[in-house]
Amino acid sequence: MSRPQAPYDGVAVCAPVTAPYVRFSNESAHWWAGAALRQLREDAGLAPADIDGFCFASFTAGPDTAVGMAQHLGLTPRWLDHLPTGGASGVMALRRAARAVQCGDAELVVCLAADTNAIDSFRHGLANFSRFSQDAVYPYGFGGPNATFALITDAYMRAYDVTREDFGKLCVAQRANAGSNPLALQRKPLTMDAYMGARPIADPVHLFDCVMPCAGAEAFIVTTPEIAASRGLPAANVLATIERHNAFPDDPVQLRGGWEMDIDSFWQASGITPADVDCLQVYDDYPVIVAMQIEDLGFCPKGAVADFIRTTSFTIDGDLPLNTNGGQLSAGQAGAAGGFQNMTEGLRQILRQPLGEQVRDAQIALVSGFGLVNYDRGVCTGAAALRAQR
Amino acid sequence: MTTTTQTPAATETALAGLVAQLTSGDIRVVDLTNILSSDFPVIVLPSEYGQCEPFRMETVSRYDGNGPAWYWNNISMNEHTGTHFDAPAHWVTGRDIANGTVDAIPPKDFIHPAVVIDISAEAEEDEDFVVTRKFLEDWEAQNGPIDPRHWIMLRSNWSKRVGTLSYLNLKDDGAHSPGPDADAMRFLVHERDCIGLGVETVGTDAGQASLFDEPLPAHSILHGNGRYGLQCLNNLDELPVRGSVIVASPLKIKGGSGSPLRVIAMVPATGA
Amino acid sequence: MTTRPPKETRDPVARKKARHLSPGKRSRAMHAMSARAAQGRFVLQVCEDCGEATYPPRDACPVCWGELDWEDQPNGATVLCETSVRVSTNLYFRDHLPWRMGKVALDAGPVALVHLHRSLGPDDRAVVRAMLDRGGNAALFALPSPGDIDMTDPQLREFVVPITGKTVLVSDARSAIGLEVVKAMHAAGAALVVAGMAPPDRRLGAGEEVLSLEGVQQMPLDITDQTSLSEALSKVGGPLDIVINTARYVRAGGVSSGGNLVDQRHAFDVSAMGLSRLAQATGPMLAGRSHGAFVDLISSDALIGSANHAGFAAAEAARLALLQSFRHEMRGGGVRVMSVFTGPVDDEHHQKVPPPKVAPRRIASAIVDALTQGREQTCVGDVAQDAMARWLDDPALYAREKNL
Repeated sequence: MSRPQAPYDGVAVCAPVTAPYVRFSNESAHWWAGAALRQLREDAGLAPADIDGFCFASFTAGPDTAVGMAQHLGLTPRWLDHLPTGGASGVMALRRAARAVQCGDAELVVCLAADTNAIDSFRHGLANFSRFSQDAVYPYGFGGPNATFALITDAYMRAYDVTREDFGKLCVAQRANAGSNPLALQRKPLTMDAYMGARPIADPVHLFDCVMPCAGAEAFIVTTPEIAASRGLPAANVLATIERHNAFPDDPVQLRGGWEMDIDSFWQASGITPADVDCLQVYDDYPVIVAMQIEDLGFCPKGAVADFIRTTSFTIDGDLPLNTNGGQLSAGQAGAAGGFQNMTEGLRQILRQPLGEQVRDAQIALVSGFGLVNYDRGVCTGAAALRAQR
Repeated sequence: MTTTTQTPAATETALAGLVAQLTSGDIRVVDLTNILSSDFPVIVLPSEYGQCEPFRMETVSRYDGNGPAWYWNNISMNEHTGTHFDAPAHWVTGRDIANGTVDAIPPKDFIHPAVVIDISAEAEEDEDFVVTRKFLEDWEAQNGPIDPRHWIMLRSNWSKRVGTLSYLNLKDDGAHSPGPDADAMRFLVHERDCIGLGVETVGTDAGQASLFDEPLPAHSILHGNGRYGLQCLNNLDELPVRGSVIVASPLKIKGGSGSPLRVIAMVPATGA
Repeated sequence: MTTRPPKETRDPVARKKARHLSPGKRSRAMHAMSARAAQGRFVLQVCEDCGEATYPPRDACPVCWGELDWEDQPNGATVLCETSVRVSTNLYFRDHLPWRMGKVALDAGPVALVHLHRSLGPDDRAVVRAMLDRGGNAALFALPSPGDIDMTDPQLREFVVPITGKTVLVSDARSAIGLEVVKAMHAAGAALVVAGMAPPDRRLGAGEEVLSLEGVQQMPLDITDQTSLSEALSKVGGPLDIVINTARYVRAGGVSSGGNLVDQRHAFDVSAMGLSRLAQATGPMLAGRSHGAFVDLISSDALIGSANHAGFAAAEAARLALLQSFRHEMRGGGVRVMSVFTGPVDDEHHQKVPPPKVAPRRIASAIVDALTQGREQTCVGDVAQDAMARWLDDPALYAREKNL
């Protein structure tokens, strides 16, 4: 029924930047956006006038949106987008910006996510997150995302015979990957014993299954290969992308994500297979979502993830390097920037600009996003395959 | 006017003498009034009849936001709540009596001497004790005749029961308290020309008087003949049998059937 | 040796426990669900066009975009998954951790997050009830099938008003209704029932023996008298948990004809001003309690008026209006304000009214039920149920029909 996806010819993705995270910040999202732009100024020699496209994501910039942010930051773009898709916003920013550049609506788009985290802002953010949450989730123990994902985890473990040790292996590997990332908030090695012995947060979710909310910003540039080259920026091509919202609404519990609806066409359009992926950067608010993506993106059959985890190594030097910066579970979750760090980290690895250790011979990164638990499940999913231009 | 006319000077002397004796304490003032409070019982009628509202008080302000420097209350009650005065118009027999409402009663009627008839022993013995003509005649035989134009004060000691169930003394068959029968009332009104009847109970009539052959004789006969009632009196035991003067002036309520009031008695100090 | 349940005690030196509320913000659609849950109804929105039931509350059908209507739904469900929330940033839930919640597949169609009774786990069959939480909003509670519900589940106790061990005030205990309420609360295990004795004072008669039982304290109380109320409350031994306002003044009469202004005024003094006095005096006492509740017995005539009992109905309507405000005020303290509507009662005040009439004992058991089920609004008896149904359906038509 659907047309094949047109290729992303004439698009270059480059200049991944990360404003170093802090656990709590009294600065505003605007300040954090400025910090990321300063990084781009250093790394790419960018000035406001160079930017003719701006794509922005944030939960804490209110009352401002991308509009207010453009004026705040002195931008005069001819193309502007604001993404409310949280953990899926990095992939979605890429998709939109790539088509804008490809079609000539803009030629240098800065995609930027920034969020702050004051002492009490997580609680306030929760309370006003979504109407369904307000009506039908928070009144039930106010466990926040922990409780929602605990329910998914509980059902998922029973449906597919996944154990806590399996999730533990993912978390331990990601923590090992964070070891070399100087920007990760949690770098202390995590042992399986420590993982298993952690205190319960919302059974079966325990402490090391949860991300640490923090403040930070992430950004990257989508432009033409010519502009990237002229600025001396190593760049990557976009092989294929997908996006889906509110997939499988009739599933009683979210045991699969929207990726499953589109994954065949995704691989077909990309011209590669899962075996070609050098590093996998998936959204990791909870390990159950990591496991779900491994299945739904086609790295193993549905229901076989336990075996796959047990027989695969996910460290930087492993079979399938996973969330090589440590992921949000170790690096921290800076709001919507948490939906960008998979993109910036994937880019860094294939552009050979790693924050820490380099995945050997990395050419192809698969980046996957998952966002917005509006009620009982994440609504937005997306994925992108990137290959370094060499 | 049948009273002897005195010279102005003599009147002045009399009033000055009264004041002097009040000041000296030769004349004592006795308060015959119960405290008017929301929990003071009111008469209870059978439920098919309208009921008497008790005293109610709600504070308007007490040196607070509703009145920073002043304290006052709104009060409400029936005309027959607490220690009160019954005017002739209170009863159907007195509806055509001239000047039968409290606003029209001649003020000189508010000051009259009293005769105190002690029925406390009898009432203690029999809470339905009925004062009969014979009882009164026997009383006169012992105490001398009842002079005309006097309040008849029935001292039953019922006021000692205030604050207990036995004051109203309601039972399944109604209230139980002493009071006169019709012959006694006719004797007091027609043959002794009393000003009115004062009692310690909530009504001039006995608790069971609605069951008498001539029901509710005190109300019926007193008011039908232009006489008054005083109820819920206190301290009658401080009055001499004779020699006290009652001051009982009801509020000047337009067309009112009665009124709560402060009743005082002036008593010779030596006579108490 | 007493056989009464002991009164709840607390360390007199310990700082008083601050009471918190479950999160209170809701959408307008959710408030509509709460309004129905307050009546003990389990409803979901159903599409007028395609018939699909939906949850959480929406403003359009997610299947066909049709308009949605609230309809009663089967309340069976199967538990899908569960968790125990052990960490929360919300002050209310922090007082009650761990908190069990789960997800169920409703027989009606949608899935829903629920409060999970401790006896339930995945794959169990459950009965889902829409109950009002401490913030006064509807929440779904999955319970085992009726009959074997363990009412000591601490989470469930947050949704109901336990009677055992509590101190209960019955504002007018001498009426036929009041006597039955005293009896029922005593039987339900209240540690102390303070029986308000309206004037006139008189000795206990036949049928009033319950007022002399151990665990029942007679207390002169007239809710038309501020002073009497203050004095009575100052004499209640210990904290007050539950107030049941049984006071009413039923008199027949119209407005322009057959109306008795003294009776009308007194009806207002008892029903309306009496409620205000009682609420002012007891509200602050209830607000400090872990399960404070105020139950008001109210005539279904309050909904629309009554030609035969015009003054009484008007006073009861005023009472209902005041009760709504009082409920709003008490919500912040987590105190449940419950209404129990009744039609004519089989008592001395309704001798001329033909049946059906509600037995006082039935009213008492409805009050116990409302408390133990945590139901905000109850209609006891056919007349009140019919009145409420017709009033909800078409108030203008009901006003016409009732007073034709």
